Order: sequence, then structure tokens, then C-alpha cells
Amino acid sequence: MDQGMKMLLTGFDLLLALTLLWLAWQLLRSTDIFKAIIFFICFGLLMSLAWVRMHAPDVALAEAAIGTGLTGPLFLAALRRIERKAGKNMMSEPAGNGEETGSRWKARNREMSPLLWTVTALTCCLAGLLIWTVLIIPRPLPGLADQVAGSLAESGVNNPVTAVLLNFRGYDTLLEVMVLLLGAITVWSITHAPFPPRVPDTSPVQKAAVRLLLPLICLIGGYLVWQGAYQTGGAFQGGAVLSAALVLLLISDFLWLPGMRSLPLRLGLTLGPLVFVLLAGFGILVEKTLLRLPVEYAGPLLLFLEAACGLSIGLTLAAFFAGGRPASDLRETPYSGEAKGKGPAES
Amino acid sequence: MTIPEIIGLACIAAGIPFFLSGTIGMLRFPDIFTRLHALTKADNVGLGFLIIGLCLQTDDWFIVIKLVLIWVLVLTASSASCHLVARRALQKGIRPWTRE
Repeated sequence: MDQGMKMLLTGFDLLLALTLLWLAWQLLRSTDIFKAIIFFICFGLLMSLAWVRMHAPDVALAEAAIGTGLTGPLFLAALRRIERKAGKNMMSEPAGNGEETGSRWKARNREMSPLLWTVTALTCCLAGLLIWTVLIIPRPLPGLADQVAGSLAESGVNNPVTAVLLNFRGYDTLLEVMVLLLGAITVWSITHAPFPPRVPDTSPVQKAAVRLLLPLICLIGGYLVWQGAYQTGGAFQGGAVLSAALVLLLISDFLWLPGMRSLPLRLGLTLGPLVFVLLAGFGILVEKTLLRLPVEYAGPLLLFLEAACGLSIGLTLAAFFAGGRPASDLRETPYSGEAKGKGPAES
Repeated sequence: MTIPEIIGLACIAAGIPFFLSGTIGMLRFPDIFTRLHALTKADNVGLGFLIIGLCLQTDDWFIVIKLVLIWVLVLTASSASCHLVARRALQKGIRPWTRE
């Protein structure tokens, strides 16, 4: 029974790995961008399953929520913009010309053959190097797991992943949060949302479903942030779920972006990074070390930090999806693409 | 094995054909509308059987509530997204398949 179960699981893992490779190949060779995005989403979902099989539920949750649940729609939104700009609909290409695109792909393939050979050779070198590295890793695996488990009591949380991410190696997470903020600033600097202006055409079924699901999504996002202290979860996963709620609001035309005030959004975007920097400064002043937290207050401080970061991450990811700052925020004429004269007429 | 566990196993076994037929329908049906029909109808019933079967395997009410919640959420999401896909297809002018 035990032996059979083990074989079954090995077979499952093998199938999973092969499917992932096949999906990656299909994703790369697909000439239809829409199809490639769908492959990407499937790849991400199966990848998060692979993370679960590797006993890394935190990474699996992040992969499912951010890598797939949010990046996929982000790609779709980008494709939609490209299509609108190009003035044609690539999604609705007649099914009959798959043959033609295939041959075009082959033709281009033959043309850039030297480059292709170089890339293939380099990829093979990298793959060989990786395989070799995996083979020479000493067993048992060296790692810091024991040290983390030993000082878990000082961290203020019970989940070793959260302890490492927010306390022992808070520096890395601080930089990650800053990178997200930088991304949001870049998106806001480029254009205003929605870009290009879209026609509200929402199905009543969609509106009803969003009304039904929204409170639950917010609850789950908050729960994931709070749960980070005990088990799988945390600011990034909770934030991604919150941003999913915001994205649903955006695509169902509940939030009408041009009418939104930008100050609350700005405050929300910077709340997490701000709290992080304050905590870092607090560490320097009180504990004489950057980001070191006093042991007795570490738990509540980390929960506060995670809540602030979760909110900011959710807003940041939703800002990526919206693709620009609210139109009410404009002080100068935006880069408007083809949408001339459709800029923010209202105050 | 207790009687609820056996009934649970039977429910899970009853759910498998629905998943199977849903998958085959998705692959073999002629157009987008019939494929959607196969996918949502079959998956919902199949998942329902699976959830009932799993509920009967546990003693913990909390897990039962969670499982039923998953079913309700999947029902909501899949029916709404099915409607949206079909609506978009109709807007694009894709005609439903008919047997000529």
C-alpha cells in the first residue's frame, strides 16, 4: 500500500514535470499572444501545484495569487491595450490561418538561425551547469533551518517563513516592498487610467457575482495576512487577494477611476513602505541595529507591519492593472496615445 | 471501514464519470457553446459528488463547512465566467452550432 502510494506520487510528479516542460515550450512557440497568455496562466497554476509537491506552500500560494492570478490578467489588459492601439482585434483571428502562422514562424526561425544556435548553446550550457550544481550539492542539505527553528521564539511569530521574511531577513522584504512602490510610481508617471477610455458594458451577472464575492475576497485577504504569523500566508499573498478584489471592481465598472481622488490612493500605496522604514529606524534607535525588533513587542509589530504591507501591496498590484494614475490627479496633459481629446475633461 | 466512509467513497466514484465526460465534451464538442455546457454542467455535478464524498470522510464540522464553501464558490465563479464567455462569443457574432 505504502509502496504503491509512493509510486503513484512519483508518477504524478513525473507527469507534472513533463506537462510543465510541454506548456513552457507551447508558450514560447505560440505566435498568437492571447494563446500564449492562456498557456502562461496554465503554466503558473501547474507550477504552484509543483511548489505544493515540493512542500513549499508559501511559494505555491504566492505563485498562484501573484504569478498567475494577477500577472495573467495584467498580460490580458496589456494585450487589450495593444489591440486597441493597433485598431484591430488579434483575439478574433479566424481559426483557419493557424497553418499560415505556423509556416511564418518556421520561416522566421530559419532566418535567425545563427542567433537561435547561440541562444540554444547558451541555454544548454546553463542547463548543464544547473544539473551539475544540483548533483554536487552535499547531502544532508546544508541550510539555516535549524538556526531559524532555534531562534523562532525571538521572532514574535510561529511561522518560520514569516520569521525569516519579516524579522531575520527583513532587509530583503523591505527592498521588495520598495521595488513594488517604485513600479507603482513608474506606472503613475507614464499615463493615466483608464487608458484607453473604455466603454462600460458589464453583464448584470458579472455585477451580481462580484457583489456576492467581494466581501468574501476581502475577508480571505485579511485572513491570509493575519494567518501569516501562524502558518502559510502573509502580506504578499493577502495583498494579492485584496488586489484581485480591486481588479474585479475595476473590470465591473464599480470603481470609476477618473472620479477617484488620488490622495487616499497615494497614502495607501506608501503606507506599507512607510511603516517598514519607520520600523527600520526604530530598530536603529532602540536596538542599535537596522530592522531589529524588540523581542517582547515583535509579534504585534510584525502583525501591524504585515497589515500595512498587505494593504499597500494590494493597492500597488491593482494600480498596475489599472495602468495609470487617476485622471483627477493630472496637472499636465497626459500622454494619450490615440485617445485624443478624450483626456480628463472633468476638473 | 464505517458505513459513512463507504458511502463517501461511492460518492467520489460517482463523481469521476462526470469529470471524465466533462473533459471529453470539452475536447470533442463542435463549438464554444456546447463545450461550455459540457464543462460547467459536468464539473459542477462532479465536484458536488466529490465534496459530498469528502464531507462524509471527516468528523470535523469546520472542514465540512470549508468544503461546502468551496463548492458554492466554484458554482458561482464557473457559472458567472461561463455566462461571460458565452456572452462575449455571441457579441463577436459566433453562431451556435446546428446539425445541418
